[in-house]
Amino acid sequence: MTTFYDKLTELRGIDFAAVFDRRTPAQIERALAKSELQEQDFLALLSPRATDFIEDIAQAAHRATVQNFGRTILLYTPMYLANYCVNHCVYCAFNADNNIERRKLSLVEVESEAQAIAGTGLKHILILTGESRTQSPVSYIKECVSVLKRHFSSISIEIYPLHTEEYAELIAAGVDGLTIYQEVYDEKIYSRLHPGGPKHDYRFRLEAPERAGLAGIRTINIGALLGLGDWRREVFFTGVHALYLQKRFPDVEISVSCPRMRPYLGGYKPEFPASDRDLVQSILALRLFLPRLGITISTRENSKLRDNLLKLGITRMSAGSSTVVGGHTDYKGNNIGQFEIADHRSVAEVQEAVSRQGYKAIFKDWHDLSRLQGVKA
Amino acid sequence: MSDTLKIGGMELESRLFVGTGKFADYRLIPDVIKASKTQVVTVALRRIDFDTPVENILNYVPQNIVIMPNTSGARNAAEAVRIARIAREAGCGNWVKIEIVTDQKYLLPDNFETIKAIEILAKDGFVVLPYMSPDLMAARRMADAGAAAIMPLGAPIGSNRGLKTRELVQILVAEIDLPIIVDAGIGRPSEAAEAMEMGVAAVLVTTAISTADNPALMAEAFGQAVEAGRKAYLAGPGATQQFASASSPLTGFLRSE
Repeated sequence: MTTFYDKLTELRGIDFAAVFDRRTPAQIERALAKSELQEQDFLALLSPRATDFIEDIAQAAHRATVQNFGRTILLYTPMYLANYCVNHCVYCAFNADNNIERRKLSLVEVESEAQAIAGTGLKHILILTGESRTQSPVSYIKECVSVLKRHFSSISIEIYPLHTEEYAELIAAGVDGLTIYQEVYDEKIYSRLHPGGPKHDYRFRLEAPERAGLAGIRTINIGALLGLGDWRREVFFTGVHALYLQKRFPDVEISVSCPRMRPYLGGYKPEFPASDRDLVQSILALRLFLPRLGITISTRENSKLRDNLLKLGITRMSAGSSTVVGGHTDYKGNNIGQFEIADHRSVAEVQEAVSRQGYKAIFKDWHDLSRLQGVKA
Repeated sequence: MSDTLKIGGMELESRLFVGTGKFADYRLIPDVIKASKTQVVTVALRRIDFDTPVENILNYVPQNIVIMPNTSGARNAAEAVRIARIAREAGCGNWVKIEIVTDQKYLLPDNFETIKAIEILAKDGFVVLPYMSPDLMAARRMADAGAAAIMPLGAPIGSNRGLKTRELVQILVAEIDLPIIVDAGIGRPSEAAEAMEMGVAAVLVTTAISTADNPALMAEAFGQAVEAGRKAYLAGPGATQQFASASSPLTGFLRSE
């Protein structure tokens, strides 16, 4: 069975520098006129030349998004369950080498966090842990899910990559979505930035969405952390990865995030910073390449930028976020977050801002089929 | 002359059904319903937020309107059946639009799984309206399984491309003794009128209304187009001809015999 790793190996033959440099205005106009874009068109929209057409591209992306999703934005929030980690990712605050307070929520604390978040009206939650099979084993995550099911209609996980049968176990427990970022598709850079721990295994992470797909997950969200590698290539690989997943698992809802490196404890400086303009170009190109794709923007970005991005192809936003373990209840805790948040607005404030842009903030877009009516049984 | 659409024990004056999934503000919904004169709206159970009154879309639909919950998100018959039962338990009535989509790119329905779901839900007392790819054999199976109407797509959901499946839908209109309701793809009132003129029983419109700059005005236009198309169908439009009638007929000499 081939996997996306094989597809990626083929794509590495592309002379990206030449491809991006030689795009002509005609190629960009052709891409804009098409209803079904090919990889070549996607590359054209990501090229430096395409910045001359950014407004035309934005208009097309806006139209495609409204047609496919209406004027709606799904809201969700992350909940950090634990920050124990055995990895050594050089850009992350949870790096095992960092001397920070390590913590794991008890089930009672998970219940309080859930109540605090549910009180804001949110129904979609994303749970996160660092990578530690001893501190945060699958059995612990399952226990947390059983608590969270009482409060939320959709539970997604953003944890270390699992084996197919482990994904199946969590799906049976009530998880319906997977978020896993490859961080950087460039394998050499990946190897350098993930020098130790199980995360050093590039391929096991890359193929995780496929294992979740085989296990029957409902939604998959992937992405590259912009700043770690050349953003044009990274976004290209992200889009092609999403297309691969869409074709292989046609009944799974595929979405992508475009997270940018944020300051954090440790002070890693991105080697390939992506500007606001670069981020916008990335989102627009992804939207036109895959019109049905969900696109997520998190609170890594500030409120002004998020409000402006809303019309350009975004379908999901996080709101009222904290990257601290227990951050939704333990406000005065001195714990360190995974990264700094740039949009500190409450859920109600984000909802209001979405509404001001002429959009509807959606709180519920899935129904837990194991229970009747509301989620508060 | 009374010309009502009879489905599931209801007699409907309006032949326009309206979808609710893409509105920028739920407060638009009452105006859209009023302007379009629709009597049936479809709502995805996955979107119904039962816990928060202001976010509960059902609270924006007037009491006299038939709610047709849909099974959006279902990937197989078992999930569709489960969603239908949850919706009925939650007080959404016994109508259900079966929507089983195993292709997220085009959102095309899975006729095979849909037939299985109809069999179960029709026996369970539901008024079942299946969203389907227009195929005569599948439609016959759906009718045999107990569907109350057949809802073929005109074009992929949200595409606003019009009645691309015209020839196949025409065959369903001719062959299936159930109301045929065109669901998905209708982008303009003129296309809704065209569908009604060819004898479909009703049309369901979502994207074209909810993403218009003025949804209520567009809803009114659709209501009028559906009515006009229906009247034209009942009036019996003249046959269209490819050429003008010849003034010197080729067989004119036979009259002198």
